[in-house]
Amino acid sequence: MNDIVLQIDEKQVTAKKDMTVLEAATSAGIHIPTLCYHDKLEPYGACRLCVVEVEQRGWWRLVVSCIYPVENNLVVKTRSEKIDRIRKTIIELLLAHAPDAFELQDLAKEYGADRNRFEKEPSFCIHCGLCVRYCAEIKKKFAIGFINRGTKREISFIPEIALKECWDCKECFPLCPTEALQAAFVLARAMAFPSLDYDANVKGK
Amino acid sequence: MDMDNVDQIIDKHNCEPSSLIQVLLDIQGQNNWLPKEALDRVAERLQVPLTRVQHIATFYKAFSVVPKGRHGVHICMGTACHVRGASRILDTVQDITGLNPGETDLDLKFSLETVNCLGCCALGPVMEIDGKTHGKMAPAKIADVLKNYD
Repeated sequence: MNDIVLQIDEKQVTAKKDMTVLEAATSAGIHIPTLCYHDKLEPYGACRLCVVEVEQRGWWRLVVSCIYPVENNLVVKTRSEKIDRIRKTIIELLLAHAPDAFELQDLAKEYGADRNRFEKEPSFCIHCGLCVRYCAEIKKKFAIGFINRGTKREISFIPEIALKECWDCKECFPLCPTEALQAAFVLARAMAFPSLDYDANVKGK
Repeated sequence: MDMDNVDQIIDKHNCEPSSLIQVLLDIQGQNNWLPKEALDRVAERLQVPLTRVQHIATFYKAFSVVPKGRHGVHICMGTACHVRGASRILDTVQDITGLNPGETDLDLKFSLETVNCLGCCALGPVMEIDGKTHGKMAPAKIADVLKNYD
């Protein structure tokens, strides 16, 4: 009764009221690429890779499908020249940060992204927030968080909490789309030199 | 900074987690910067995860997690001040205080900072100390201004 009928890629899709466009598409077997989405976590809308076109009152506009709620009679396109172009640029920008991430390289192949288009700045982290959100929402340990902002934003473990909780958990490691390099590196530092890591974070400001 | 002061500030805000930014601002106002012990205490008493406290303390420019001096010296490097010789003003201040922009001296007396415009270009070159504007500065006048602060 409360079901919503919408059209995704010329296919009729029935969805529940509180679903997002991404969830509706996935349930209908339509694939939309994502990096920051995780089915157990709150939608975050960070990577913007799941961008799709929707039609409203005769106009097509771009929305991020992982945080866009379904509506009746919505018409959605998950692939088009415009979408592919945007996804390609997003992937190229992310590759500047994590040039060797397998997940990104697969996407680059699919969308024809050039990994050398932008000057490399290998910080390994693409700010998907999966580790931060998993630790906060599922584990409720708050061992890792973001610090600083803008171009200087990075993930940072709280050494005291990491020392107690992380060694037996490490559930965030496989979530990282960039092979957990950054997470492992920061964790190792945090555990080996708790005071040093705090100083390093402070200096980065 | 004394932890009793931190506790007083937290009590004033009734340990309300939503007052996190106000609490941090009050500590910053009293102490000029946020020591780690203070952040730990705030996180514990407001029942806010330390990651969140750290996120906010490093996000806003109003907060500092590195020691800051009692007096904040801001040198305007905006276009109007620049053409009127702001770089010479900065050089002189650097010579007198021995600080580079962004640094604080060991006695926690001065913190030197450059800014891009203070909004009073007619007074250029401008130096601002603790919110008080010193306009039409000249390298020769700087020592006289700085010696009024201790």
